[in-house]
Amino acid sequence: MKKVLAVIMASIMAFGLVACSSSGSTTTAGAGGSSAANNDAGNGGDDGGNGGGGSSSGELIKVGIINNDPNESGYRTANDADLQAMFTKENGYDASFFYSLKNDEQIQQAQTFIQNEVDYLLLSAADVAGWDTVLQDAKDAGVKVILFDRTIDADPSLYEASIVSDMAKEGQTAVEWLAGQNLSEYNIIHIQGAMGSAAQQGRSGALEEKVNAEANWNIVMQQTGGWSASDAQQIVQSVIDSGASFNVIYAENDDMAKGAVAALDAAGISHGVGKDVIIMGFDCNKWALEELLKQNWNYDGQCNPFQASYIDAIIKDIEAGKTPEKTIIMEEKGFDAATIKQEDVDKYGI
Amino acid sequence: MEKSLFKKITGNQMFIPLMALLLLVVINLVVDPGFFKVTLGTNNAGNPVLSGYLITILDYGSELAILAIGMTLVTAASGGQDISVGATIAICGSVMLRVLCGTNPRPDAIQAPILVAFLVACVVGMLCGAFNGALVSFFKIQPMIATLILFTAGRSIAAWVNNNMLPIVPDPKFAYFGGFIPGIPVPTTVFIVIICIVITILLLKFTNLGLYTQAVGINEKSARLNGINPTFMKFLAFVILGLCVAVAALIKVSRISTINYSVIAKDIEMDAILAVALGGNSLSGGKFNMWASIVGAYVIQFLTTTLYKFSVRSDALAAYKAVVVILLVVFSAPKVREAVGSFAKKLTSKNALKEEA
Amino acid sequence: MENNRMLEMRGIDKSFPGVRALQKVDFSLNKGEIHALMGENGAGKSTLIKVLTGVYSKDSGVIRLDGKEVQIHSPQDAQNLGISTVYQEITLCPNLTVAENMYIGRGKAKITNWRKMNADADALLSKLDIPAKATQQLASCSIAVQQMVAIARAVDMECKVLILDEPTSSLDEQEVEKLFGLMRDLKATGVGIIFVTHFLDQVYEVCDKITVLRDGQLVGEYEIADLPRVKLVAKMLGKEMDDLSDIKGEMEPYQGKDADEKIYEASQLFSNAGIKPFDFFIRKGEVNGFTGLLGSGRSECVRAIFGADRVLGGTVKRNGKEVKIRTPRAAMKNGIAYLPEDRKNDGIIGDLSVRENIILALQVLKGFFKPFSKAQANAFAEEYIKKLSIKTASADTPIKSLSGGNQQKVILARWLLMHPEYLILDEPTRGIDVGTKVDIQKLVLELASEGMSVTFISSETDEMLRTCSRMVVMRDRKVVGELSGEDLTQSKIMSTIAGGE
Repeated sequence: MKKVLAVIMASIMAFGLVACSSSGSTTTAGAGGSSAANNDAGNGGDDGGNGGGGSSSGELIKVGIINNDPNESGYRTANDADLQAMFTKENGYDASFFYSLKNDEQIQQAQTFIQNEVDYLLLSAADVAGWDTVLQDAKDAGVKVILFDRTIDADPSLYEASIVSDMAKEGQTAVEWLAGQNLSEYNIIHIQGAMGSAAQQGRSGALEEKVNAEANWNIVMQQTGGWSASDAQQIVQSVIDSGASFNVIYAENDDMAKGAVAALDAAGISHGVGKDVIIMGFDCNKWALEELLKQNWNYDGQCNPFQASYIDAIIKDIEAGKTPEKTIIMEEKGFDAATIKQEDVDKYGI
Repeated sequence: MEKSLFKKITGNQMFIPLMALLLLVVINLVVDPGFFKVTLGTNNAGNPVLSGYLITILDYGSELAILAIGMTLVTAASGGQDISVGATIAICGSVMLRVLCGTNPRPDAIQAPILVAFLVACVVGMLCGAFNGALVSFFKIQPMIATLILFTAGRSIAAWVNNNMLPIVPDPKFAYFGGFIPGIPVPTTVFIVIICIVITILLLKFTNLGLYTQAVGINEKSARLNGINPTFMKFLAFVILGLCVAVAALIKVSRISTINYSVIAKDIEMDAILAVALGGNSLSGGKFNMWASIVGAYVIQFLTTTLYKFSVRSDALAAYKAVVVILLVVFSAPKVREAVGSFAKKLTSKNALKEEA
Repeated sequence: MENNRMLEMRGIDKSFPGVRALQKVDFSLNKGEIHALMGENGAGKSTLIKVLTGVYSKDSGVIRLDGKEVQIHSPQDAQNLGISTVYQEITLCPNLTVAENMYIGRGKAKITNWRKMNADADALLSKLDIPAKATQQLASCSIAVQQMVAIARAVDMECKVLILDEPTSSLDEQEVEKLFGLMRDLKATGVGIIFVTHFLDQVYEVCDKITVLRDGQLVGEYEIADLPRVKLVAKMLGKEMDDLSDIKGEMEPYQGKDADEKIYEASQLFSNAGIKPFDFFIRKGEVNGFTGLLGSGRSECVRAIFGADRVLGGTVKRNGKEVKIRTPRAAMKNGIAYLPEDRKNDGIIGDLSVRENIILALQVLKGFFKPFSKAQANAFAEEYIKKLSIKTASADTPIKSLSGGNQQKVILARWLLMHPEYLILDEPTRGIDVGTKVDIQKLVLELASEGMSVTFISSETDEMLRTCSRMVVMRDRKVVGELSGEDLTQSKIMSTIAGGE
């Protein structure tokens, strides 16, 4: 049994390495907009160097980065690519990456990074709870912690700064845009992300609030699609089969919006600018923004994955002896099909 | 006479899945007879399409029905289940997109014929099946443990195949497989399932696949002494499941012309296993009834669609499936069967007494 | 007499779908009595035992124990009432140790004292002269020893009624004697023993009374002295028995021109089952056999011939031409058929129908892509069900619901359907009633006279003497002699087995 598990673990590790080094090489092509064209494919190799502690690389700032699995979503892929492009030797960093969707694995790895005496621990936690002890350890060991993308339930004194998207604000921006469409009646199919995630809570919250406040806003169907296109397709199909009328689809990510649109197409229901149904998505995938350009969709809300430059700035500040702001909320846009331009697609598409 | 008829009906393997189906039909009929309405409309491309809950069930149950075919064979031969089908769907789908789109995730035209992409995916699916099958048959690893490897690694492999990019197939023809062919109002998936079923019928009729598989599953030693190669039969079952996975992947990917490695066909392996169990097949191998498994697959989709209709939260779906599992376990327990049997006997004997009086 | 009555069963009825297994059967047992329960396969012996031990629940009837009516709903109930059973097929757990098997499910205490348990087990095993250690894994013991462990378990449960269901079918003579000694000891302490067996000799050796069943009905209860053998057999069969003794004389030996040809010949053949390399041949139309004590390697030899175990060396010739036989499939292609000793594990495919079990071997030989049509398969099945008079509700009945003897006939049908040149029968008559035994022996000689070569293995030497014209004798996994013609006598065989002149 143990042997088998060991083999499995080893193979997972191996695949993980392959995956991360290959994603490293895509960075140059994919996120051309960001500053670094000098990415090397050596991230996997650097992992080994940490334990050795041969301090010939004393000039470099040693960072340990704990992130979620880049395969999780296009958002995460872009996020990882952005980080990989920033934290390179050329930019003065000696970086190690670790990916997991499981909190306990992340915590374990954090301990390892602390033992390896990294200077900075960059963390996008899988779960909000359970980090107090390990962050205290980090503090005691003089490791500075910067949270990115996701915040956690811990005393703010345990970390230097936290760079987050304000999901509630993303939702509000989208709902304000929808209100600005001045429809006489809003009959909404609301397709939620995986229940309990920060993105779902923020994006759902704003809409629910508005629906409760306004008499002419109704929810025809509220259902979780678990971020999956085919689930969303089934949900919308089910509404179509029931014969209920609707004029807005509020999908909490692009994939689900795409699934919803597939169901509409099959049923012969028109959608997009000036059509029967308004389509709203989130995350600003490049292909989704192109749908906006083609007027097939109406709105896409950004969830900014490009946090590397913010983190870089904070580290520079700390190295220079300045105290950074505790919470930094990133700028996020919402795109309207009526006003979007090709440059926006190129610049903000992920 | 009456009793033996009753026993004949309840003893039949199709009894459980058909009863479940009937129950769902009746519930829907009582709540909303409109459930069974099928209408002819046109889609956004201007082609005629049928729509309605029944069509939805037939359409979305397709992947599961196809997987149930392979899973039934694997279960019968090896006495275990393949839990990697969801992950291998991701791999096959990813390979299909890689062949269609090349290295550019947003090509202007497809880089290879769809048929080639599909055949490559079939080969990859069968290789994945062969990998699982080799572990199970040659190395005698328990199926659940053996398939755990691809279950955990599969989605990462799928992402790696496309360098972590999410290609989109530009050719609208690719969407036919998971949607509609222009001019034909029935979902293409229905035809794909029919083709799969016909192939299965031919396979079971014109080869000894069924006999050998069952013999191996019931008594491996005895099967060997009758000249059957149990190792090969188990291996073959996994390879066939691999092929089913490739077909299911075609449908899944075609539905939205792209892929999301982490959520595509998520948890579908559990549904496929449930379909086999719902079909009254023993999960520890041996005798099987393919048609009961396929009906089982559609029962699961029927349940899903019904729950969607009643706006039951989809994250609660699993709980309802759990109820189904509990009922299944309870009803297949020998004690309960005996009790039900003697209860029925009492009823009939009481009736007989009354008649005599 | 009445005061002595310990167990009384009255008017027991039990039906299964399509079969009335027991109809108004009475049975009674006195204290300190050994009572034989006799009948052909399918007569209802096993069903009656299973009703008594709570495996089946009776449809109607009364069971009284010590004059009080009792309800037995489960084997646990039976055990608590002091009814213990040793079944024909071993029902212990092969992956546990001997001691665990002896005490499993019996302790009332929640905590098991392993040391004490092992010590107790060892004491009992040595008292009964059973060659096994308490801590040994059961699967590593021979079937005979496993059987004896099962008996030891039952004996140790301080039972009032001990049921022995075919306990001797896998024991050799010495072991049987040991068991009989044990039975007599128990009888002296007042235990009532129900003894189910096919061996007539054994019945007359130890039993006091006989109850005969036929077709699920009671034929009668007899004092042993009032019922000579011939009458007993007649009662069981429902007709007068023609003759048990000389059937060999009735059959013409095979007369073909090729009667002297060796259709199969092996030299220095050996397998991973631990037999020494051996030479062997069989002529066309010949019946020969392997004999020797249980565990002497006679089964392993034929398994090597058929490729059932992994063949490690040796050359094999078929009709004088060298062939390679490493798998059962290859053996079958070379016209060899093998009816294995362990019917339950190696023979039947339990959940499949009688029909599928019959056609299986021929079907495999015909090929994966050429299945028989339903009609053809049915024709085959019907033909052999009739030919071998297999008692089954229909060809669709799962084989596992047939009685042991009928299962054996189905397996025999499977191989006969293949029309092999060379048929190996390993203990084809074990656990089968007298009538069927004679049928099978006759069939063997009949097949041989038509030109089929047959190797016949049986624990009952007289059975082999009746059928074989040549016998290979084995001792300690080695061939130690070959007897034919004048030498084929019981005493000569015994002395060859014993060795040391």
